[in-house]
Amino acid sequence: MAEAARQIRIQDLKLVHHARAGHIGGDFSAIDILTTLYGAVLDISPDRVADPERDRFILSKGHVAGALYTTLAAFGFLPVAELATFLQPLSALNGHPNRTKVAGVEANTGPLGHGLPVAVGHALSAKLDASPRRTYVLVGDGELQEGSNWEAMMAASQHRLDRLTVIVDRNRLQQGATVKETNDLDPLHDKATAFGFAVAEVDGHDHGALLDVLAQVPVQPGRPTFVIAHTHKGHPISFMSDNVAWHHKVPGEAEYHQALTELEDKP
Amino acid sequence: MTPPPSVADRPRFDCRDAYVATLSELAHEDHRIVGVVNDSVGSSKLTGFRSSFPDRLINVGIAEQDMVGVAAGLANGGRIPFVSAASCFLTARALEQIKADVAYSNHNVKLCGMSPGLAYGELGPTHHSIEDIAWLRAIDNLTVIVPADPVETSAALRWAAQVEGPVFVRVSRMSVPQVNADDYTFTPGRAVTLRDGGDVTLIANGTVLWRALVAAEQLEAEGISARVLSMPTVKPLDVDAVVAAARETAGIVTVEESTIAGGLGGAVAETVVQHHPARVTILGIPGFAPTGSAAFLLDRYGMSPEGIADAARSLARHG
Repeated sequence: MAEAARQIRIQDLKLVHHARAGHIGGDFSAIDILTTLYGAVLDISPDRVADPERDRFILSKGHVAGALYTTLAAFGFLPVAELATFLQPLSALNGHPNRTKVAGVEANTGPLGHGLPVAVGHALSAKLDASPRRTYVLVGDGELQEGSNWEAMMAASQHRLDRLTVIVDRNRLQQGATVKETNDLDPLHDKATAFGFAVAEVDGHDHGALLDVLAQVPVQPGRPTFVIAHTHKGHPISFMSDNVAWHHKVPGEAEYHQALTELEDKP
Repeated sequence: MTPPPSVADRPRFDCRDAYVATLSELAHEDHRIVGVVNDSVGSSKLTGFRSSFPDRLINVGIAEQDMVGVAAGLANGGRIPFVSAASCFLTARALEQIKADVAYSNHNVKLCGMSPGLAYGELGPTHHSIEDIAWLRAIDNLTVIVPADPVETSAALRWAAQVEGPVFVRVSRMSVPQVNADDYTFTPGRAVTLRDGGDVTLIANGTVLWRALVAAEQLEAEGISARVLSMPTVKPLDVDAVVAAARETAGIVTVEESTIAGGLGGAVAETVVQHHPARVTILGIPGFAPTGSAAFLLDRYGMSPEGIADAARSLARHG
């Protein structure tokens, strides 16, 4: 799993470097979560993208589309060669994912606060169908400032959607500053508990810990799950990690080669 | 000779009754159909539906963004959600969800804008939904339908249920006479010629279509032959019917229960300007309306049958 995540980071670094654009900070905070989901949790495969009984993964923080595309490519949902078209004119690989163009994408996200309500709707459909299929949604922590998330969390709790798992990429940084100094979320654990969720906190870069909590559905019968995945924006690159400047900065040649060296030297 | 009975003398119906009857029939026929509401069970007249299908009416509470997002997710899971909420809140509060989660994502969601236009009369501009058509007409991959009577409301809903893709249907609460035949079939993107005529054209939909028909009756009595085109689909518009009207008559009067900016009148004007320039008079609501009932306000804004006839007469004589 660690090797898969490392390769996805290398691919994502190349993607952003090639396109001269992207959101590498958020990509790198989310890649371990995405790798764990696609590698070991989601009941989905490239030949089952239209199977009604597949698990659903919705990337609500749509600006890390680059991380999603590289992950989908690593697991065979789209050709690796297609990654070179990222952000190029008429490419299917837009700056935000498009389900009508890219196999494996479930919702066209980008504006924040959209994925969680859609995930709740899908979880409701599974409940109506008495289906065991699961719903996962990845939201950013800054994104939780959007009120629509909290509307959806109330509905998830009201309808006892215990096969819904909300994962928060808790990298503590938003576009221009820390979440804390912008519009603080804490105490996030208590807030999610108060909204009726079973809450777990995990190191969002520890694949084993992520797998333990994400594979466990439900964590608590009758309650949807809220996983606070503690991450670092830009992880594990020395000069990017926890640095707000890397929200959508593009590495220059020296930075690119240093980051590549750091990734390639990691075990 | 006695003149034929006027459309104005026919019995009046609340289109929500046709809406709930049709939705219940559809739900019996297709298990995928579900209702999604924002605490709007009563105002959408869905208490009977809830009794018949308790699991299939999803009430998210007073949360319109969540309501439309949830509908998109239900569609992702194979359901056919009919979102039923006051058009003012559905289209304004959840506009980005309609754009991104429904239209751009191409989720099979049916958006039912209840009590649109001026239906909430005295409750004022916060509750009026005169902007919905202009907003939604600008969104790609969304069919926009404004039925004129119970028959058309029912037919449009039946069409929406069987077509794969996003649809918006206005469901009026203001009482209207039946203007379409009992065996009416809804064809998307097609105008219906309710009266033929060669002097001037009236293009209308929704709750004001019958008023345009009465205006045509009045014009006929004074020797002016008015064509009346029912235009239930605002998007995609029936370009051929509009161009023919521009070519064959002295001018076009559009009549709608929505803002004069960007609605049916805007769609007709865009078409005429590009394909066959002609005189167009747009009747509608110019802005935030003062206190008054829907009927009072429609009359005030020139959409009484007499007001519509005045606009048409002016075009017929001076066009």
